[in-house]
Amino acid sequence: MIAELGLAVLWMAAALAVLQLVSGILALRPEGRQIAGLVRPVAVMQGVLVAAAFAALITLFLTTDLSVKLVAENSHSMKPFIFKLAGTWGNHEGSMLLWVTIMAVAGGFVALVEKRLPENTLIATLAGQAFVSLGFYAFLLLSSNPFERLAEPAPEGAGLNPLLQDVGLAFHPPTLYVGYVGLSIAFSFAIGALVTRDVGPAFARAMRPWVLGAWIFLTLGITAGSYWAYYTLGWGGWWFWDPVENASLMPWLAATALLHSCSVLASRNALKAWTVMLGVIAFSMSMVGTFLVRSGILTSVHAFAVDPERGSFILALLAIYIGGALTLFALRASTVTEGARFSFVSREAALVFNNVMLCGILGIVLVGTLYPLLTEAMGVKVSVGPPYFNPVSAVFAIPMMLVMGVGPLLRWRQDSFEGKRGGRITLPVGLCALLSAAVLFGVELMAPRIGLLPALGLAIAAGLAPASFLPLRGRNLRRTPLSIWGMVLGHFGIAVALFGMASESAFSTERLAAMRPGDVRQVGPYTVKLEGIGPVAGPNWTALEATVSASYEGAAPAILHPQARTFSNPPGNRTESALKTRWNGQLYAVLGEEGEDGRWQMRFWWKPFVPMIWYGGALIALGGLLALLGRVAADVRRLVATGKIAYRRSRKAALGARP
Amino acid sequence: MRRLLIAFFALLLAPTLVVAQDAMPPAPYAYRQLDDPAKEAKAQALMETLRCLKCQSQSIADSDAPMAGDMRHQVRTRIAAGEDPEAIRQWLIERYGDYVSYTPQVKPITWPLFAAPLVFLALAALLLRGRFRRRADNEGDKP
Repeated sequence: MIAELGLAVLWMAAALAVLQLVSGILALRPEGRQIAGLVRPVAVMQGVLVAAAFAALITLFLTTDLSVKLVAENSHSMKPFIFKLAGTWGNHEGSMLLWVTIMAVAGGFVALVEKRLPENTLIATLAGQAFVSLGFYAFLLLSSNPFERLAEPAPEGAGLNPLLQDVGLAFHPPTLYVGYVGLSIAFSFAIGALVTRDVGPAFARAMRPWVLGAWIFLTLGITAGSYWAYYTLGWGGWWFWDPVENASLMPWLAATALLHSCSVLASRNALKAWTVMLGVIAFSMSMVGTFLVRSGILTSVHAFAVDPERGSFILALLAIYIGGALTLFALRASTVTEGARFSFVSREAALVFNNVMLCGILGIVLVGTLYPLLTEAMGVKVSVGPPYFNPVSAVFAIPMMLVMGVGPLLRWRQDSFEGKRGGRITLPVGLCALLSAAVLFGVELMAPRIGLLPALGLAIAAGLAPASFLPLRGRNLRRTPLSIWGMVLGHFGIAVALFGMASESAFSTERLAAMRPGDVRQVGPYTVKLEGIGPVAGPNWTALEATVSASYEGAAPAILHPQARTFSNPPGNRTESALKTRWNGQLYAVLGEEGEDGRWQMRFWWKPFVPMIWYGGALIALGGLLALLGRVAADVRRLVATGKIAYRRSRKAALGARP
Repeated sequence: MRRLLIAFFALLLAPTLVVAQDAMPPAPYAYRQLDDPAKEAKAQALMETLRCLKCQSQSIADSDAPMAGDMRHQVRTRIAAGEDPEAIRQWLIERYGDYVSYTPQVKPITWPLFAAPLVFLALAALLLRGRFRRRADNEGDKP
């Protein structure tokens, strides 16, 4: 019953999306004014209905209703609660429903709260949003119905891929999806503004919180995904330039660029066409990402859907939306002027530089990800991996990070490095640059065998970390707006993460060892001893568990328990690495197989400062959150003030009208 | 179809290894480092740029697959014998095709890959230059 209700509600929501689109288009015509009042309530209702459909699917998974095909294929009655819940979106159909749900709920929210935009632009935005979601409704209802029943209920579910049975999975896809879909709102705003020829600061201010929100979630999603890969794959790698990772990185790069150009448009009314273009690109990258992951074109852990029909469906959607948006952009670009001017040395110029460099990295990642697919289609298989991505993206990333240290200190419109004003900038920045140079020199002197990129990374991180706090100089810290704090923290987070990455690749120590219980090995500063190996059992797995005592430079030992888990439903193995985190790094221990001579294959890594990568990611997201709070608070204040002024005026008018 | 193709290629490319898969214990240097740290570092650097043909997007340095273990053994013994890493890469490419190397080889089919960064750099330079030149020309203009 719940499944049928869910499906019915989903169809109704799709019907409302049609209504939202049609009424939106009609309302934009001069003769259709009366219908304009319909658009907002319909958008809200659509959000409510889809949320209900998604709740129905969650209920089916939590109660493990095995008469539903999706549940039978992806869940199991013995699974722990959290993985039953996560199983809802740990599969193709469920994740597409999650996508539509987030999209419709976000659309409803825009309809409910957005008051800054001219009504016409908002209606065009909501119509655009309906147009985008319609494609996904069609996809869900026609080719991947999550509520499909089995003719006969299955006796037991097939379970969830062991690699995916991890708390990381419970949060990784939803966070990324919120990010992707937040960008769809930015896309709709861009479309709305293009249709009504109304690209200006108001549009940028309305779009910015959505871009910021999406960007925060993307940052968190990528950071969490990277950490998840780090500790579940069991070899200590944290970024593989895997197409699936790239699929999440590309929207992030575009969103980062969009975020910065948005702030130029909002404060300076410049970079109009560029911002709209980035809005289109950002969501296009989300769709490309979804296409890569969902179409099964890359057969990997994430691409559980190996089904060409679905792939072509998403490809068609991709062509319609991106092609349509680009056509609209081409038609309307001439009516969008470039906006206010600025000089070579100005904050705008630094932000333009940042944007161009980010787009460069985006282009590299896009080409490196798609080109192997292209050659494969032509019959030649090539691999593009870290040896390509690392140096080539650094060509763009390094200049960008250098400018990042100076850009926030510059004034809008025009600035100068000369005279008294220039001294205020050049002196502290010069000190930071000196620090960078000193670190680079020191690294090359002390450890000449470290590669160029890690050495540069360490040096830039050393200079960027203090430089990111410079915008606070000369400000009253208690009265500094939250958004400035957000920027400072975000930039500092980049420096922290860069430091972690560079340190990991420069200083990691690996120790593979065949050990008997009682054996002792040295890994970097740690002395590790295999105390013993025994069996343990979890709710739906059994495992061999090693007990390892690890002592840091002779200090009291810590106990680690790396496991080799065996899952039964479905059958599969997974290593569960054990981590010991210190302020200056992490010890990473893995239990491998038993050799013929009765010794166990153990793997250890000492990775100095590696947690900084994810602390940095968290800091970046926190910076985004502060900026978002600051912006929203300012908007709310402005709304309240406008309301008060209007009230006062009306009272005055009322008083004046009295005789 | 796709799976069949993959299986077919795997069979075609690695006849010896497929036979060796489950019956035999891992090769000695699959899970053992070289004693000379300099050579081990060299081997590690090479292994990180070789694709595990049995896995999804993992290098042979990051994989539990038996085939990756065999390839690690090959790389380590060859490095220990004093072979040049690039020569080992070429040997593996001859055996398994370009697909095995994460470092794209410079060939006509990969030219666009190497042209892309140059094109993007040129594009970036053009974009930046265009913007700022126009600015300079219009310096006196009111916004």
